[in-house]
Amino acid sequence: MSGSAPKIQAFVRHDTLPSVAPPVSETGAVKWLRENLFSSVGNSIMTLLAAYCLYALISAIVPWVFNGVWRADSIRDCREVLDGAVGGCFAVIAERWPQLVFGNYPSEHYGRAVIAFLMLFVALAPILFIELPRKMLWFTGLFPFIAYWLIWGGTLWLPILALVGVVAGFAAFRALETKSFFGALIAGLVVTLAFWLFLAGPLSTGLSSVVPLTLERVESREIGGFMINFILGTSCIALSLPLGIALALGRQSNLPIIKMICVMFIEFIRGVPLITLLFVASVMLAYFLPPGTNFDLILRVIIMITLFASAYMAEAIRGGLAALPKGQYEAGDSLGLDYWQSMRLIILPQALKIAIPSIVNIAISLFKDTTLVSIISMFDMLGMIKGPILSSTDWFGVYWELYVFAALLFFVFTFGISKYSQYLERKLATDHR
Amino acid sequence: MKKTVFLGALAIAGVAGVMASAQTLDDVKARGALNCGISTGLVGFASQDANGEWQGFDVAVCRAVAAAVLGDASAVDFTPTTNQVRFEVLNSGEIDMLARNTTWTFSRDVDLKLEFAGVNYYDGQGFMVPAALGVTSAKELDGATVCIQAGTTTELNLADFFRINNMSYQPVPISTASEAQQQYLAGSCDVYTTDASGLAATRAAFEDPSGHIILPEIISKEPLGPLVRHGDNEWGDVVRWTLNALIAAEELGVTSANIEELAAGTDNPEINRLLGSEGSLGEMLGVSADWAKNAIAANGNYGEIFERYIGQNTPIGLARGLNAQWTEGGLLYAPPFR
Repeated sequence: MSGSAPKIQAFVRHDTLPSVAPPVSETGAVKWLRENLFSSVGNSIMTLLAAYCLYALISAIVPWVFNGVWRADSIRDCREVLDGAVGGCFAVIAERWPQLVFGNYPSEHYGRAVIAFLMLFVALAPILFIELPRKMLWFTGLFPFIAYWLIWGGTLWLPILALVGVVAGFAAFRALETKSFFGALIAGLVVTLAFWLFLAGPLSTGLSSVVPLTLERVESREIGGFMINFILGTSCIALSLPLGIALALGRQSNLPIIKMICVMFIEFIRGVPLITLLFVASVMLAYFLPPGTNFDLILRVIIMITLFASAYMAEAIRGGLAALPKGQYEAGDSLGLDYWQSMRLIILPQALKIAIPSIVNIAISLFKDTTLVSIISMFDMLGMIKGPILSSTDWFGVYWELYVFAALLFFVFTFGISKYSQYLERKLATDHR
Repeated sequence: MKKTVFLGALAIAGVAGVMASAQTLDDVKARGALNCGISTGLVGFASQDANGEWQGFDVAVCRAVAAAVLGDASAVDFTPTTNQVRFEVLNSGEIDMLARNTTWTFSRDVDLKLEFAGVNYYDGQGFMVPAALGVTSAKELDGATVCIQAGTTTELNLADFFRINNMSYQPVPISTASEAQQQYLAGSCDVYTTDASGLAATRAAFEDPSGHIILPEIISKEPLGPLVRHGDNEWGDVVRWTLNALIAAEELGVTSANIEELAAGTDNPEINRLLGSEGSLGEMLGVSADWAKNAIAANGNYGEIFERYIGQNTPIGLARGLNAQWTEGGLLYAPPFR
């Protein structure tokens, strides 16, 4: 031990340092901003640009919405109230919303349309959500007939007899089902159609003269606004799905004639613009039908849009069918199932699941395509805006407010469809990805 | 290919029209309602109020005909038709008459087998420019950009006008009146051209109408009138003379206010013949004796209709101009009721 040597004292800290907040640049909002928004020169410029665009948009939209005028008699009134300030003239929606939603549907019967609208969701529920009691499907089956009666009015016997026709067809189908599924299907269709064409008319006239059971009749041309988009959208989606499945199967069929017919139908319909088909429905059919034939315009349009959509549905479903490994078909055969059984029990459930995104895609675009009927002078939502509302001297020149309203209404429904399809895909996901 | 099909369909339509419609008047009476084709919407000429009732200058013609034939101005089923399908709808027999700001031209009258029942509005193509441009005549528009509806007669008229005056222009094609308004206000074009009545209606909807002027030149003739199918002259007469009755009523001073009084009989034999207290004009036409009285009582005479829907006191604010009576320097000249 040398005493002269300076004693080196080891530095030992006795107490722990108080914890210090991390550097500003490594925490909280600043870190987040640095990492996500200003991580490089390029990103910083993009961020600033985006912020400016957002500011410009919001500063234009917010006063327009919140400064909006909801009570005025005309666009001139609106301008007087606003007195040069920025603001929407929403008074047009306040005054004309029944026309935008119902068209020229008689106002005393709005309740009927609303009831049909609400019942639609009850009818759709068991199809959309498998958890619900299966008994509800009975109501789903009855719904089209009830809805027709509520919306168009007339005698209740006509939809009842239409239903009886369907039941008769179904009975014929069940009677022959064991012999041949396909033959039974054809027989069922023939019985139903024959019943509708030859028996329903006279019977309903006869029955309604005994027990009337009528609601006041509403003519097809009085139905308009968003209501007609909705009627066309729902009925065409519902009808085109089974037709599309039939066409897709037909296209894959080994029977040359059936295959050829399906291929020709699909290729022809897909090759023609929807507007052309609508023009044919609205104008050309009147030439070919005998004068005085009363073939409802909405029915004509439903048929045309359904045909159009079913061709696309068929291709979407064919994609699903093609995606299935061949083993699935062979499995069906090896179990001794016939064609229809293996389709129903093995192939289609899987193929349809694969095709869900495309089917929903078609459903959404079909729903939006229903606005094309404004071109054949039906007053759907857009037709109502373009025609009677914008041409009234009171509201000539109010574009943004009306079109934004229409866009919002459509968005609510298409977004709903889209969300549901995502839910369905998650629910049906049985693979382990 | 498409054209052949179209022409073929027209030919069939022509034949079917002649066969099916030789008795339109009886059909309308039996049906108890007039099927009248109108525009899907044109400011002042056809639009719906908040209750969904159609009204406007063209709509009033339909109502007058319904009143003349059926005695009830509300017995009309309106069929809105677009530019593209209006003649097909008429020829297919879906409607009895078309009152839809349609220009009377040779080819429509002769080639398309239509029958114009007269003129209810004399229109013509004009120009609108911002006042700030400092232009006072269409002849100063050399080199201008012009908003124009594509595929219409106005497009052809415009080309002719600029060629005749040795000027050049830059067309900006648009498809609808509302698009035109947007484009014009946004400054994509210096000039907007369409029928003068359309210009007035567009201008009336501007926030500051005084900032825009309609130039004095009218470069085309656009006589607009109601029309029916070829081949049913009795029905054509009914529409023609209903329109004439409205015009003659203004000339003779018959209004919706004094019509009841005048119908009882006056010293003027022409008024008496018109309103059915003398002679048998109604019988000749195949309608009731008080047909013209009903037609006039429905909306008033021509002048009253004009003032109510498109005249100076409406936001559209059209002057009578060519549409004044011949006694006041206009072109309205109803043949005598004799």
